[in-house]
Amino acid sequence: MTRLDPAVRRALARIGFYTFIAAITAFFALPMLWLVSAPFDATPGLTPSWPDFSLKNFRALRDNPYALRSLWNSVLIAGGSAVLAVVCGALAAYSLSRVRIPGRDGLLYVLLLLSSIVTGTAAMVPIFLLMFQLNLIDSRAGVVLVLTGGLLPAAIFILKDFMDATPRSYEESARVFGASPLQILRHIVVPIVRPGLATIAVWAVVNVWGNFLIPFILLLNPDKQPAAVVMRTFYTEGGQPNLALISTFSLAYSVPVVVMYLFVNRRYGFRFHGGIKS
Amino acid sequence: MADLTLTGLSKVYPGGVRAVDDLDLSVVDGEFFALLGPSGCGKTTLLRTIAGLETPTTGRLSIGDRDVTGLSPGRRDVAMVFQDYALFPHMTVQDNIAYPLRIRGVGRAQRHDQAAQTAAGLSLSTLLERRPAELSGGQQQRAALARAIVSRPALFLFDEPLSNLDARLRLEARTFLKRLQRDLGVTTVFVTHDQAEALALADRIAVMEAGRIRQLGTPKQVFHRPANLFVASFIGSTPMNLLPGTVAGESVRIPGGAVRIPAAARGLVTDGDEVVFGVRPEYLTLSGEPAGGAIAGTVAIVEDLGTASLVSVEVGDVTVAVTVPEGAEPDIGADGWLTPAPGRALLYRAGAGDLIAAPAADAPAEPAAAP
Amino acid sequence: MATATSPPPDLAVAPEPEPPATRRAAPTDVAGLGRGRAVAFVAPALALIAAFLVFPAVWTLYLGLTNYRLTGKAAKAPELVGVDNYTNALSDGRFHNALGLTLLFVFGSAIIGQTILGFTLAWTLRTARGWVRGLVEALVLLAWILPSSVVAFLWIAFLDRDSGTLNAILGTSGKAWLVNHPMASLIVFNTWHGTAFSLLLFGAALRTVPPSQLEAARLVGASTFALLRDVVFPHVRGHLLTNTLLISLWTFNDFTPYLITAGGPERHSETLPVYIYNTAIFDGQLGYGAAISLLMLLINLVIAMFYLRLLRERR
Repeated sequence: MTRLDPAVRRALARIGFYTFIAAITAFFALPMLWLVSAPFDATPGLTPSWPDFSLKNFRALRDNPYALRSLWNSVLIAGGSAVLAVVCGALAAYSLSRVRIPGRDGLLYVLLLLSSIVTGTAAMVPIFLLMFQLNLIDSRAGVVLVLTGGLLPAAIFILKDFMDATPRSYEESARVFGASPLQILRHIVVPIVRPGLATIAVWAVVNVWGNFLIPFILLLNPDKQPAAVVMRTFYTEGGQPNLALISTFSLAYSVPVVVMYLFVNRRYGFRFHGGIKS
Repeated sequence: MADLTLTGLSKVYPGGVRAVDDLDLSVVDGEFFALLGPSGCGKTTLLRTIAGLETPTTGRLSIGDRDVTGLSPGRRDVAMVFQDYALFPHMTVQDNIAYPLRIRGVGRAQRHDQAAQTAAGLSLSTLLERRPAELSGGQQQRAALARAIVSRPALFLFDEPLSNLDARLRLEARTFLKRLQRDLGVTTVFVTHDQAEALALADRIAVMEAGRIRQLGTPKQVFHRPANLFVASFIGSTPMNLLPGTVAGESVRIPGGAVRIPAAARGLVTDGDEVVFGVRPEYLTLSGEPAGGAIAGTVAIVEDLGTASLVSVEVGDVTVAVTVPEGAEPDIGADGWLTPAPGRALLYRAGAGDLIAAPAADAPAEPAAAP
Repeated sequence: MATATSPPPDLAVAPEPEPPATRRAAPTDVAGLGRGRAVAFVAPALALIAAFLVFPAVWTLYLGLTNYRLTGKAAKAPELVGVDNYTNALSDGRFHNALGLTLLFVFGSAIIGQTILGFTLAWTLRTARGWVRGLVEALVLLAWILPSSVVAFLWIAFLDRDSGTLNAILGTSGKAWLVNHPMASLIVFNTWHGTAFSLLLFGAALRTVPPSQLEAARLVGASTFALLRDVVFPHVRGHLLTNTLLISLWTFNDFTPYLITAGGPERHSETLPVYIYNTAIFDGQLGYGAAISLLMLLINLVIAMFYLRLLRERR
């Protein structure tokens, strides 16, 4: 085969590159187009089309008895899990970081292992039965407890890393000046690690916001179900799906988590998605 | 204002590491005391033990006439300035300085007043509302000092107070620190690995190695009469020349010739003893003419130090360093004869490393250096 | 739960052993908490973890040996049936179906799909102009962070027989993708949904390849293929393996297929997570479901341990 002129080769390569990029962009963008066009389309169909611009679809959110309430449930569950995970996780992380408890490293390793192994899917049966026996079925608090349990190992791990990186000299300095342990925590430690705590809180919310399985098996009353579960009922009920409702609801449900994700990403970058530490 | 006494203090870590090894020490009230040594010698552990941040394995510690061995750090009436200053990043300078008073329960108005007063004494008045991150290194140091001063402790502890500053700033800060301590009159113990700093600042120095004090004395004592080879090689901006040799009659036979036994060592050695002859480069004279009792060698390297030059003279297979004043730099390759200044040479026992000398008249009255 | 739909965070930060005490060890308990308070601080977190992670995992062992049901006689008085559940599972065609489909799902969408697409994108975007790169990364990331219920519907709409976008583009109106090719659809969907992680990971990994080595190879005339094989691959090989393990673990536990096909039609897309839900929660066979869950836990355990060991070796 004759060697092509390098300029031609380069041109072909560039054409190939841009074709590939265009194909990828189309592949990823197409399914999402509906989400940005349908809510504003006076006559939404299943295919995204240039919207006949209107905001009346949003009325469907108000008209449906479960829509807004489920978003509120999502807020409650995600917020509750975040608060509980941050408080319990921060206390544990501080203790593990500062005090030499026997078996600390082994404990962390086991915790990490646990959280990867005992996923919602693998544990749905015993969780379901456990909550049933504890009479916590159909309880949002129960959902919060279960989800927090799943978040804690990773939260502790990240917070401990954060605390380890905070110089101990602040606490020692305060101690030599006579501060009691609780004063040290209140005056010194908490203000310094506050940004880390905020980030973990947001990370927890992002993780819980989209969780479907646990609320699905534990909550029966649609009044208590979060958006993830209620959303599904909108398109699996018999008959024609109410596209006005589904489209606006999807948008309302998606926007908060996208915004929060951007926040976490800007602060901590890739670190929170696992993988290589930068 | 108090003195500090350590008796039989040891700090042993699990695993057997003896960071501090059976140490006795007395610091006099108002003294500026240095703990000097290379990294890992235990000086910082000792300082932290005095502060109460580490608990000693054995031994006792008293500040003034109080036995503080079992007391928690906050109750010992000490103030510590850390190497990184440990100014709380989320508080203003004023809140930082006032913090010890806040712990003691002093009301806000009053403690802010006191903080402002102390800050004024250290030229920090315009910086009170800033955060530590907005201050320069020197300002941060003064803020940390102000915080230590405001609590009016019996004892100041400084961990490497100057090492976080640029070289230029360090010299200014050194003078500043010396004056401050003299004005306040508070007993101060500071840790440093920089021997020049210790010599310049301290009233007395404890030179430490591997958890033990190798010599305890004033800067002059430590500089002119290092008690052993370790101290001899550690102290001095230019390292002391240490030449192994053998005693022969009235002289010590060393590479390059024979030198007279230093006066202080006369009568304490016998023929054939293995010794080490020590003399500082500053206390040697280099001459182009042969001289009696001199060491002969060849000039190898000349390093310009500004107002003097450091000349390396090859003597047999060892190198001897000598400082020559400006204008007297020799040529490379020239022959040179080195004569030690009278009374400035020292003799050490090879192996054990102790100074061979009768206890001098100016030796410290306190317990001598632990062996 | 460390959610099946959303990836658990930084598992790569494996605990490091304490460095040997060359001087003094790092100061501990600087605030003077004391052992008692330190333990009290850890207690609430440990209690939650014990109750909702440890206990369920351990209890599964027991439950799998019973014939627990939600209703009926076995609900009140469950009996130990020993390994009956396990022997039943092994001879149950439906279980084999689920297992096979899950393996296919993991292989197709994670090991092949996300890894290859993620790496290819990471490699290609290296040299792309800033805005192109930003756009593609944003889209790929968006596909990952949108909630699973939403993306499930987006794909149901996308693949719709009559008015789905795919059919509109391909001109194959009337083709019911989710009915006729459920697993293929799910595999493509999951590749779409999860590539972001591999993209980010490989992107970071590629940044650690010293540019000077790439340039040196290019200067001696290496082709792109040779470049990848000889310079890039040795650097990212470790990342490749750990990434594959991690996303395989997540995909194996992924419940999202339920949201799209609910296992249908006729169990043609009933992956293991869906299978467990259908038999245990929906049909109420809790004992049997627990037995299958135990198998899942064990498989998770193997993958996770492999992953963590590889991570420690890499450090």
